[in-house]
Amino acid sequence: MSDLLEITGLTKQFPGVLANDDISLSVKAGEVVALLGENGAGKSTLVKAVFGLIKPDKGEIKISGNVMAYGDTAGVIAAGVGMVHQHFQLVPVMSVTENIILGDEPRKAFFIDRKSAREQVLALSERYGLEVDPDAIVEDLPVGMQQRVEILKALRKDVKLLILDEPTAVLTPLEIDELLGVIRNLANSGVGIVLITHKLHEVMEVADRVLVLRGGKAIGFTSPKESDEAGLAQMMVGRSVILRVDKTPAKPGKPALEIRGLQVLDDRKLLSVKGVDLIVHHGEILGVAGVEGNGQREMVEAICGMRHRTAGQVLVDGELTKDMHPHSVHAAGISHIPEDREKHGLVASYTIADNLVLNQFDREPFAKGWVRNISQVTSNADQVVEEFDIRTPSAQNLASSLSGGNKQKVVVARELSEDLKVLVAAQPTRGVDVGSIEFIHNQLIAARDRGAAVLLVSAELDEILSLSDRVAVMSGGKIVAIVDSKNADRNYIGRLMAGMKS
Amino acid sequence: MTFLTKRNSFILLIALATGYFFSKDGSITTSVVSTATAFALPLALAAMVGIMCERTGIVNIGIEGTLLTSAFAAFFVSSLTSNILLGLAASVAVGTLFGLLLAVMSVSWKMDQIIAGTIINILATGLTSFLYVQGRTIPSTFPEYDIPKLMDIPFFGPVLFMHGPLFYFGIFVILSLYVALFKTTWGLRSRAVGEHPSSADTAGVSVIRLRYINVAIAGAIGGLAGAFLSLELVGSFERGFTAGKGFTALALMIFGRWNPLGALAAAMFFGLTQAYANQLMIDQVVQIPTQFITILPYILTIIVLAISAGKVRAPAAEGQPYEKENA
Repeated sequence: MSDLLEITGLTKQFPGVLANDDISLSVKAGEVVALLGENGAGKSTLVKAVFGLIKPDKGEIKISGNVMAYGDTAGVIAAGVGMVHQHFQLVPVMSVTENIILGDEPRKAFFIDRKSAREQVLALSERYGLEVDPDAIVEDLPVGMQQRVEILKALRKDVKLLILDEPTAVLTPLEIDELLGVIRNLANSGVGIVLITHKLHEVMEVADRVLVLRGGKAIGFTSPKESDEAGLAQMMVGRSVILRVDKTPAKPGKPALEIRGLQVLDDRKLLSVKGVDLIVHHGEILGVAGVEGNGQREMVEAICGMRHRTAGQVLVDGELTKDMHPHSVHAAGISHIPEDREKHGLVASYTIADNLVLNQFDREPFAKGWVRNISQVTSNADQVVEEFDIRTPSAQNLASSLSGGNKQKVVVARELSEDLKVLVAAQPTRGVDVGSIEFIHNQLIAARDRGAAVLLVSAELDEILSLSDRVAVMSGGKIVAIVDSKNADRNYIGRLMAGMKS
Repeated sequence: MTFLTKRNSFILLIALATGYFFSKDGSITTSVVSTATAFALPLALAAMVGIMCERTGIVNIGIEGTLLTSAFAAFFVSSLTSNILLGLAASVAVGTLFGLLLAVMSVSWKMDQIIAGTIINILATGLTSFLYVQGRTIPSTFPEYDIPKLMDIPFFGPVLFMHGPLFYFGIFVILSLYVALFKTTWGLRSRAVGEHPSSADTAGVSVIRLRYINVAIAGAIGGLAGAFLSLELVGSFERGFTAGKGFTALALMIFGRWNPLGALAAAMFFGLTQAYANQLMIDQVVQIPTQFITILPYILTIIVLAISAGKVRAPAAEGQPYEKENA
């Protein structure tokens, strides 16, 4: 019997990146193969090629022994392949039923047979134990529920091979357990499964075999039996992973950033920052640890003048800063690495060079009066690209052409370019590859050593612990404790983050 | 006051105006509303062109050009061949061709769709002005065909069932489009392509092919609208003949929330205001310069749009060329 899926020598070159380099993989019925790798390792590219959504430059894809052509998504589906996409492929304004039947609708003459469509969805939902409301509109559903719809959609045809592209990224731990159970059951009933993830414990839990990808190359096969989490991590990153950063002890100076009694509303107009007092000194990194959604984002935006402060004050070197006025806050000496670099960090349609001077394009030396000094902008860009190792053919390319990690380097480079007093860094290494993470970490410490006060907000506790001099734990909109990072205890901080007293 | 919000107030407005005229003279009301219906149909059809395109994610601001060129083709082919059926055929063919042109530019070449539409409009003005010959006539317009029995219904009979064949066919097209869009597999797929094309693509629906087909059919409907104008409603053609109807149609499409029936109602509203404005001028009820009365329909449309605009939601993928590899 031939394998369900057989990929041989698949190669795909994107502009500037070799996304897949001669990758081969086969999947048998009833087996769970995990594709493990960092962001940008080429996992999604590989499965998109299987699904006919990306045209490979070289290589062959066989499904149940038949060679598939590029672009024949309908043929791939007909051959029994279902895919749960990383970015949900659901039409937000349509109902659950409409989304599930799209592409192969039950019909009476020209018309959609809504009644039998609805019944199909209910039957499907029952068969796999994934409960959904067939009449709900997708955009009204929480993400976990949308995920179910996406899975049901993939399972609708009698699938022989199910591909799941980072299905757990948006789920709660309980939903993840549920999903892993579903995956196991499907495999036991003979479905071949390709699971893409970068979460090691999921791999350990469900995978029969693991293919590790790094930088577009297949590093090798292993299995949970032969390896453990540390071993997988090492294969994934290419060296043993210790997120410890070399740094000298901090030499804190006088207070640089002072936050007094800050209260902020969130988007739903509920109080999410409930009176925060913090002081960050020159020459220290204060890390804010906390489970996401405990007011960190709102706090950061309020400090930087992007969100209205309902109460409280923010001072830089003893001077009050204005509310809701990012420009004057910035002029007062606060630099900001925003959480959402696509939305707040960069202008995607501007060149890298222009993005690098967004915070000072209207000042000397980049402008004289109303006239910009383009040659200065260019030479500055060339220098920064070199110094920060931003991977681009030219600084005149658009910012949108960069990969996530390099975009983040542009933001970091820009925000660190001035003699800053205060740096507010929100999730500075989110979605960034390991090499860039290290680089950004070192830059933050270098800024500290030059005397800047750094307020670091991150969802990664390891990052907080390895970078910070002091750690503030935020929970329920309040700072519940501030500890010295030298004698910080992970478990203790973890309990505080979870809202437990002590 | 919840009753007086949204479009209820406009329905009330129309009812009041109709009532006012009806109380004066019933036969005038009937003739005014009948005229309004004839005014409204080409606008409604033009709005269908917009709906067909935008529901699949293509912005079409070239409707005006499509109408103009197909009305031109309808008139001159009828005139040259002395056969209005050939004129109709030419008009639909030209409309389809313009649809395909838009599809090539916006789907295949991934051009900015506003520019693509503008090109069509400029092309239309140029072609029709250049090829225009003065003093030609057509053998006849499409004759009025009164539907027996139905025409005897008071008020509705004369308003709806005493028109020419293209009128009836146009109404049929609008109703079919409504059914097709919301009840058939084609409609579901088209809307999916206009809202979230990668969902359709991953479900095995060809985004490119569907966009081509729909934009071409939309062009054909535009051709029908053009033929209705020059061969049935007016019976002549001049330079700039369509006078912005294609742009008005875009507004009606939005007011009708990209729903064929909604757009038809919006067109009817606009047609009525226009017919009432005409009647006001004839009656000389108010002594103000006629120019002010002629702009009344447009002002009302602007007000109506301004009030309702915040609540409408365009197809999400509108105006974005589909890039498969960014899916």
